[in-house]
Amino acid sequence: MHKVLINFAHPAKKHSKINTALRKAIEDIEGVTVNDLYSNYPDFLIDVKREQRLCEENDIIIFQHPLYWYSTPAIMKEWQDLVLEHGWAYGSEGDALKDKLFFQVISAGGDEETYHKDGYNRFTIKELTSSYQATAHLCKMTWIPPFCVFGAHRGLEEERVRHFSQEYRKAVIALRDGTLDIRQVRQDKYLNEDLDSIIRKTD
Amino acid sequence: MEEFLLQLFIFLTAAAIAVPVAKRLGLGSVLGYLLAGIIIGPFSLSLIGHVDEIMHFTEFGVVMMLFLVGLELKPSLLWQMKTPILGMGGSQVILTTLMVSTLAFFFLPWQQAFAVGLIIALSSTAIVLQTLKEKGLMNTAPGKSIFSVLLFQDLAVIPMLALLPLLATVAIQDSGDHGSALFDIHSLPGYLQLLVTVLAIFSIFLLGRYASRPIFRAIASTGVREVFVAAALALVVGISLLMTAVGLSPALGTFLAGVVLADSEYRHELESDIEPFKGLLLGVFFISIGASLDFSLIGENILLIAGIVVTLIAFKWLALVMTGLIFKMAKRERSLFAIALAQGGEFAFVLFQFSKTQGVLPDTVIEPLISAVAISMFLAPLLFMAYEKSSADEEEKDDSRESDNIGHTGHKVIIAGFGRLGTDLGRFLISTGIRPVIVDHDASNIDVLRKFGFEVYYGDITRLDLLESAGASEAELLIITISDVEKSKALVQLAKKHYPKLKIAVNAHDRSASYDLMDLGVTQIRIETFGSAINLGQDSLELLGYDPYEAYKMGRIFKKKDRDIFPKLYKMHREDEANYISMYQRHTEDLEETMSLDRNSNDIDILDKAWRAKDPR
Repeated sequence: MHKVLINFAHPAKKHSKINTALRKAIEDIEGVTVNDLYSNYPDFLIDVKREQRLCEENDIIIFQHPLYWYSTPAIMKEWQDLVLEHGWAYGSEGDALKDKLFFQVISAGGDEETYHKDGYNRFTIKELTSSYQATAHLCKMTWIPPFCVFGAHRGLEEERVRHFSQEYRKAVIALRDGTLDIRQVRQDKYLNEDLDSIIRKTD
Repeated sequence: MEEFLLQLFIFLTAAAIAVPVAKRLGLGSVLGYLLAGIIIGPFSLSLIGHVDEIMHFTEFGVVMMLFLVGLELKPSLLWQMKTPILGMGGSQVILTTLMVSTLAFFFLPWQQAFAVGLIIALSSTAIVLQTLKEKGLMNTAPGKSIFSVLLFQDLAVIPMLALLPLLATVAIQDSGDHGSALFDIHSLPGYLQLLVTVLAIFSIFLLGRYASRPIFRAIASTGVREVFVAAALALVVGISLLMTAVGLSPALGTFLAGVVLADSEYRHELESDIEPFKGLLLGVFFISIGASLDFSLIGENILLIAGIVVTLIAFKWLALVMTGLIFKMAKRERSLFAIALAQGGEFAFVLFQFSKTQGVLPDTVIEPLISAVAISMFLAPLLFMAYEKSSADEEEKDDSRESDNIGHTGHKVIIAGFGRLGTDLGRFLISTGIRPVIVDHDASNIDVLRKFGFEVYYGDITRLDLLESAGASEAELLIITISDVEKSKALVQLAKKHYPKLKIAVNAHDRSASYDLMDLGVTQIRIETFGSAINLGQDSLELLGYDPYEAYKMGRIFKKKDRDIFPKLYKMHREDEANYISMYQRHTEDLEETMSLDRNSNDIDILDKAWRAKDPR
């Protein structure tokens, strides 16, 4: 059983129905630790040692956040700047994150088709997350495509929110138990593109 | 009367001319007074007579000085100093007495040799303390050690007065009347003498602790300043009389009274009232020492006296160095300690006189010794200067070495006030590597810092001399954390007037205090409790279940709002002032203004407007 760390970054949680629901869906899973960055560091003074220790203790590192300006909320950048130290995360002796699994859980305002070369937002989610792919590569981590929720700006129906929550829970449990086919998911655009086909049946 | 006024005129004029000249030449005021004494004394211009009487009268300056020293020392602090006082003071007196007596034993009978040893062991409280204060060394580690020794010596005078008559070898020349004018304790049997002495000391404690406050309050409420001055003088004089009556040193008695009153809220008032009298009396005292140098006697016995002076300074210095070694002082500390105390003291004059009347020492022994002691006192400020010069050279060498290694420019910061706010502020600055100079009139909570080698001054920083000795002329920033707005204002004005380049940051007790400070052109003002209030509010929001980041942001937004509306409130407040309103009314109106401005603000709206944007299309 792998241990899962979810670094949660949302500066105005009470306004985000989907992120609250997603978080609730995985919070009680055994082996999962939720680390709320804005709540723990309201003044952005990140406890680097604590964060590094959390990373070291877990095998799967997830960042759950809304997509702001085609990127992440500010504290996630601060987290990267401070926690990913040379000699720890990267460099010839920086092997602390080596072979750990990394992915993002993104709630995007626009609909899926707007994230396309010809769409309103010009770039695909894969392109927009390229800096995280590069980061994962530098830190010798295994990057897998993000779990994406689209159309959050319009407000999602209860039905859709429940659906995404279930899918998220399913994905996290599968990753924890090692039943998710990593090689196959790397071919997909999104982690939740076709979840059932990449989860091995254990029974 | 005219005779008296003429004498007074000569003394004051001599002081007014000699002291500024001496200070300009970097000699210090003590040397200036001594020189003035020599010039107007019987051996140059011969303008004054009755030097002995004047010296005797102005010895009272020493008494006042010890009262002032006591005022700056709280009982708790004095208790902490018991080891240096008894240890250092004791070993200095014992070592010096042993060494001097042994040497004198080659020339004199053992009783006389012992008496000379005892008397020579004393140093000059007046000259040394005055010089230390002038150079701002009082609160440094060596300053404390020096003071401890001086205090022990003043205490030692009492047993010496008891011991000396037992050493009598020559026939008593005159009966002498060293008893008090009021009442002679020596007519009482021994146990009653002890009882009366204990009662006298106890009454000082009672007076200081319980009676003084209502008395001073009653006097202060009259608002007539000179009555307070009179009461302060009466206190000091009265205690001296009481101490003399019971056969104790008046200096010791007033010192005790000072210590007892160190906690009193009237301390500063007493200090500033007694200070000018002390200054004048000491000045005249130093002049009379200069004038009493008997040059014809010195001329006749030049070699003998020179020999005694050199021996006196050398032996005392050696005993002090040994004391320093016993107490493991650092090298530089030890050298100041030894130089500072290597002279005879004014008590020697008293004790020599006493020995003469008691038939302990003959004139032939006393006269050259008195001259030698006076000369050594004259040399004391010069030795100080020599020490300063050599240590400054050393420091220069040290500095160049240190700056090579460290190469970081230290900011010069003064913190005025080290109370509840100043303590944490100081800790914070120190944690960032800034080593502030701290000035406070409350010694207890800064004792720790002094142990860590920080520069700490006791006293009233609204006094220019203290501000100067804290280094205001080279400092970059003055942080004022005094809660009394009147004092803060006085300090701001003083600093702006004398050190226009000094930056100022001030803590204000409340909103109206901050308006007062804004009137003086201060821009960096923080209201004392504001930060804590908002932080506590933030904690409260969290406890009520608010998201910590939201609570934090609301606190930040509120703080910013408050700063933004501040100039507006200030303007409103000042306009109101045109029509007179009572303090109470003003407070409520301030509250109303603040509250209504708060209500109209849109904190919640700006809190997370950015993150509630509707679909960008």
